[in-house]
Amino acid sequence: LQPFDYIIPKNMEEASALLAAGNGSVRALQGGTDLIIRIRGGFIRPETVVDLKGLPGMREIRTSPDGWLMIGAACTMNQVGLHPTVCERYDVLAAGANSVASYQLRNRATVGGNLCNSSPAADTAPALLCLDAVVEVYGADGARRIPIAEFFTGPGRNAMQRGEFLTSIHLPPPAGPSHGVYNKLGRTKIGDISMVSVAVNCRAGATGPVWRIAIGAAGPTPLRAVEAEAALAQDPSPEGVARAADLTSAAARPIDDIRGSAAYRRAMVRVLARRGIESVLAALQAATPASPAGGLA
Amino acid sequence: MNHRIHLTVNGEQYDIDVPSHYTLLRVLREQLVLTGVKNGCEAGECGACAVLMNGEPVNSCMVLAPEADGAVITTIEGLAHDQLLDPLQEAFIASGATQCGFCTPGILVNARALLDRNPDPSDAEIREALVGNLCRCTGYIRIIDAIKMAARQNREVVR
Repeated sequence: LQPFDYIIPKNMEEASALLAAGNGSVRALQGGTDLIIRIRGGFIRPETVVDLKGLPGMREIRTSPDGWLMIGAACTMNQVGLHPTVCERYDVLAAGANSVASYQLRNRATVGGNLCNSSPAADTAPALLCLDAVVEVYGADGARRIPIAEFFTGPGRNAMQRGEFLTSIHLPPPAGPSHGVYNKLGRTKIGDISMVSVAVNCRAGATGPVWRIAIGAAGPTPLRAVEAEAALAQDPSPEGVARAADLTSAAARPIDDIRGSAAYRRAMVRVLARRGIESVLAALQAATPASPAGGLA
Repeated sequence: MNHRIHLTVNGEQYDIDVPSHYTLLRVLREQLVLTGVKNGCEAGECGACAVLMNGEPVNSCMVLAPEADGAVITTIEGLAHDQLLDPLQEAFIASGATQCGFCTPGILVNARALLDRNPDPSDAEIREALVGNLCRCTGYIRIIDAIKMAARQNREVVR
């Protein structure tokens, strides 16, 4: 590796000041599984690396008094993917976290780092879009919250300003049963980066089931398929599922690149969406056999 | 910039000075001369550099040395106790699970962690646990056989 200085900041203020001072020469470090590869490849040459993991709350998962789940930004993929509350109430996020690379990499890779790297293929992003997560960042003006849908602004880009860093991810309490799946296509069955992925989630809402469908690696950012969600809420019949899969595919904005063509990605979005919706419907029916329409209403 | 870090490696205590940009892999191989830890891809893909850090497997090429301050590390050199090999090592020998041997230390370390958290893994669980360990010789079949053999022997000893 190119030489750089490694600094553990004493507190949030110092971390923010350090990150603000450099003009691209200071980098935030969480798990390092993206950062170290980019330094090694010569894509970035930081003079200073600021390790944020030890700051207060960064490695904690806890439920707040109002029922929201707070996940510290430096929690590892294994910490998140194996956490009982995440597995029980936010299973789509557990699936996303557990789909990342290998077990030993998931001991280092963090959910916050995954979001800050802002790859369109970030495996926790579609799940967090489905769960209407809110992220909290800290900067010179203190803490502020950003809905996950507004966080990603382009490939490798996000809504954080200079000097800001991600501190936590907040998940709203589900009003009732919630179930989701994450379908991911790579070169291998498990362990590879997503060529395309689709997360599907259904949860009980005040006026009926709330569907969420989000797409990874088939657009400049992770994307919601809002029209598909609305169509599915109207009509969860087999025809409605096929239509929602078509609408999900239409919502994708894929490009041709080394991992796949835009046309292939768009076609696979349709397949992964249909499979995802079908497995969520099947799980809902298994949970509530009396309600053939999918259950949560 | 240098950092004074404290490490416990295979039961031995070390206080060493490490530059900021050194990885744990480099410190283990070059400063502590534990060359059983292999340098493969340096990208977190191949698992040849896997070690146990506080009981959990990590790719040591993906850990900065100063991040490891205070950690308890086990490398392949620490898997055997005195002259007694780990049951996994015995099983790898008995099964012919090694050919060139470059991937073997990382696989053994990762398999040890697997059996520590799941003493009776299925084939699928073994395959999933080893997704981050690439072997270009064996085709993996005998590696999986060896891990199952070690797990079975361990259960028989416990019984």
